[in-house]
Amino acid sequence: MSAFSAIGEEREIDREEFTPGLEPQPTWCPGCGDFGVLKALKQALPEVGRTPDETMLVTGIGCSGKLNSYLDSYGFHTIHGRSLPVARAAKLANPGLEVIAAGGDGDGYGIGGNHFMHTARENHDMTYIVFNNEIFGLTKGQTSPTSPKGHKSKTQPHGSAKEPLRPLSLSLTSGASYVARTAAVNPNQAKEILIEAMNHDGFAHVDFLTQCPTWNKDARQYVPYIDVQDSDDYDFDPTDRREAAEMMHETEDALHEGKVLTGRFYVDEERPSYQQEKQNIGEMPEEPLAARYFDEDYEWERSYDMFLDKHK
Amino acid sequence: MTEDELIWRIAGGSGDGIASTSQNFAKALMRAGLHVFTHRHYPSRIRGGHTYTEVRVSADEVKSRGDGYNFLLALGDSFARNPQENAYYGNEEIKPLSENLDELHEGGVIIYDSGLLDPSEIENFDERVEENNWHVYDIDLRSMAREHGREVMRNTAGVGVTCALTGIELEWIEELMESAMPEKILEPNIEILNEAYDMIHEEYDVDAPDVKVPSGEHDEEQVLLSGSDAIAYGALDEGCRFIAGYPMTPWTEVFTIMSQNLPEVGGISEQVEDEIAAAALAIGASHAGAKAMSGSSGGGFALMGEPLGLAEMTETPVVLVEAMRAGPSTGMPTKPEQSDLEHVLYTSQGDSQRIVFAPGTAAEAYKQTRKAFEIAYEYQIPSIVLYDQKLGGELANVPASVFDEEPNPSLGSTLTEAELEDAPHSDTGKYKRFQHDVEDGVSPRSIPGQKGGRFLATGNEHTPEGHISESPENRVAQLNRRVQKTEAIRAELDTSSKDDSHQTYYGPEDADYGLITFGSQQGTVEEAVDVLNENGHSVKSLGVSDMMPFAEEEVAEFIESVDEALVVEMTASAQFRGLMQKELGLYGEKLSSLLKYNGNPFEPAEVVEGFEVNIIEDDELDHNRMKFVPSAGD
Ligand SMILES: Cc1ncc(C[n+]2csc(CCOP(=O)(O)OP(=O)(O)O)c2C)c(N)n1
Ligand code: SF4
Ligand SMILES: [Mg+2]
Repeated sequence: MSAFSAIGEEREIDREEFTPGLEPQPTWCPGCGDFGVLKALKQALPEVGRTPDETMLVTGIGCSGKLNSYLDSYGFHTIHGRSLPVARAAKLANPGLEVIAAGGDGDGYGIGGNHFMHTARENHDMTYIVFNNEIFGLTKGQTSPTSPKGHKSKTQPHGSAKEPLRPLSLSLTSGASYVARTAAVNPNQAKEILIEAMNHDGFAHVDFLTQCPTWNKDARQYVPYIDVQDSDDYDFDPTDRREAAEMMHETEDALHEGKVLTGRFYVDEERPSYQQEKQNIGEMPEEPLAARYFDEDYEWERSYDMFLDKHK
Repeated sequence: MTEDELIWRIAGGSGDGIASTSQNFAKALMRAGLHVFTHRHYPSRIRGGHTYTEVRVSADEVKSRGDGYNFLLALGDSFARNPQENAYYGNEEIKPLSENLDELHEGGVIIYDSGLLDPSEIENFDERVEENNWHVYDIDLRSMAREHGREVMRNTAGVGVTCALTGIELEWIEELMESAMPEKILEPNIEILNEAYDMIHEEYDVDAPDVKVPSGEHDEEQVLLSGSDAIAYGALDEGCRFIAGYPMTPWTEVFTIMSQNLPEVGGISEQVEDEIAAAALAIGASHAGAKAMSGSSGGGFALMGEPLGLAEMTETPVVLVEAMRAGPSTGMPTKPEQSDLEHVLYTSQGDSQRIVFAPGTAAEAYKQTRKAFEIAYEYQIPSIVLYDQKLGGELANVPASVFDEEPNPSLGSTLTEAELEDAPHSDTGKYKRFQHDVEDGVSPRSIPGQKGGRFLATGNEHTPEGHISESPENRVAQLNRRVQKTEAIRAELDTSSKDDSHQTYYGPEDADYGLITFGSQQGTVEEAVDVLNENGHSVKSLGVSDMMPFAEEEVAEFIESVDEALVVEMTASAQFRGLMQKELGLYGEKLSSLLKYNGNPFEPAEVVEGFEVNIIEDDELDHNRMKFVPSAGD
């Protein structure tokens, strides 16, 4: 028997397996976009054939960080901004896991921005969902890195003097190999995009527009949304880096003019994942490291035999 | 300390190969049966800047740098900055000679490279030579090197001269060069070595100076290694196969050794974007079932404060190492100090619990790093190995048998899938990973991917299955349980036999006075104990390693057994003495401090002097503190 028999198990999976029974009930505000992420993820996981025991959902801090309280799987609710380094190490230690990281726009593009850049650059094989509500939800509505210029909040009483960050463009230049945007108001597209992201071998970044009716705006403000793949008004090749960059730029500008563009913006299926790169140079074992600790027959190396001669 | 020992100082420019030459020299003499100990002094520059390494060589065990030294090999500094008049760094070219005179013993030997150094630039050089009865050899090492090879090989010429004057047989050096040098440069180096050696024998009276290398013999095979090597090997032998880090002096050494060795044993090393990430990766890898570590020095460790608390709250085992250097802020990057003690003990919010060991020698560093892993994984708590630039970088011979130990890859209190089947679960099938009432406060963990083991790990306070909870009853139960682990660890560490304890006792058990220190100053303090007893005092010492949980009983017993004790530490604010008084709540009147924080570790004689002035002459001191202000040049 393998030490991790949940991994790779073939069976029917019911999406209710991901619902943790009666408690805890989500504490998100009524109408919050975060419900949309939870629902889409619960639908997508069975479709990619993953069970709760082989899924590791790592979150940051924020309203969004509560995601793994309400989705039943292995979960790690970390600290503000640090979901990515925890998640990518878990993937390195046990590549058989389905590793998903998630958190808010403040969490991922602000305090954890450095990790975002580097995890994308390294192209770790994982999915990263950013709940982009253009606001700090949990701390009561302060301006976030994606809040539009001029946005007023208690800590920006005269409106923000800063241009918002461009999450899709940043992701592309940093090195992500799958970049998409979806919205809580568009559950079918969201589910499809999450399935693609999880199936993608590399760093898949999903900027997920989640309305925050309490501090920011309600669902209506993300409607109507346009799927750039379905619309005849947009014609670009998401496998072409330059065309993708232009489309992203346009999309980021459009959002603040009230036009919600969603879809796949960049897809590179050729680029090897970080794990493959590391194995190619001989710096990562072929067998999952975590399994070794459960292998009774493994002969553990001793430094006395391996390394002491050079000190003699 | 004996008179018949060689303390050889090789001085030159940073980047001139001083470190490797001295390491080879030390290893050759270790192989010849002698005890060796090196002390490095280097500036925070890649090239240029005066640097030296001292190699102390004796037939008996040596535990510290010596008091001053007796043999100088002054080489040129290839990267000296252009000396402008009144530049604040002075004339750098002459420093390998001029900066090293103050501590040279009377009757000592000076070899200098007359191809590069001109002593007429040093004030009163000839007078000082005469006064101190130094034997001076001006030898054009550079030309000798050029003739047979390249200019940088002047180090080898200097070693040849050293051997001729101190009576070291060349074959020891040659053998070592053969194993350490690539073919291409081996031949010219051997030629230069021999030419220098022969030339001295032909042209000088080699018996004139009486600084000679003694002969010795080891009872068992020895290895030459540093505290950094020992920490890395301890980690590897505990089955650590994952490290994440970000370079910072002096922790970089452990990170480098691990990164070079891990691929050979199927492990993973990650150099990441910052230290927050580094600690978070170690936590993520450990959570997913690998034995993992990270580390840094002061500034980088500051960034790890929040992840450290996360490891504690989620009860994720992790080992961090902290290599102290002089602070605050960037401080003096290449200089040792022990002033991160409180930083490491107390950083991170809340009623925080962790394990902190401060080993005193390379052998202790190996053992205590292993123990740090064992406890981290058994008790699901962060462990920290606290050391400094001195212990990390100094090389000493250690019996090879210290490392001849069985590996321990155990993940500690972790369940298998079979065990999980019988373990308690919530109604919805979540494993109760954080049960309230468990032995020693330890609730075994499951690993992601195991069937039936899913749970939520969170930095928020949480229920047995990991759900966020602010219920007062649950809060108290969980916090009490986590604190209980520290008490269980204390009991596990509290060994009745002094040989098994992490604390190191030295000197006559019934002595009247005590010296207490922690970490890297231990060897120096022990040498001081020898001298003090030879001088007619009655003194013993205690080197403390268990900083958290603190070795309360052992330290209290030691203080009880003496009239007074002097606490020796490399801090300005007596942090270690403060820790003792905080933990013991007693003995304020029995303890006084000897502090040094100028960037250099204590020499034994400084501890001797500190003891005599402070304890014996009983000078009235401000706040029971004596600061050691060494003479110029240290
Ligand atoms: C180091 C640190 N700084 C600040 C906070 C307080 N804090 C918690 S969540 C949050 C911002 C939340 O915004 P976002 O990441 O966008 O998540 P949202 O609540 O909008 O989902 C802040 C500032 C914290 N928990 N940790
Ligand atoms: S504050 Fe906003 S983001 Fe947070 S739960 Fe309420 S609606 Fe959602
Ligand atoms: Mg937000």
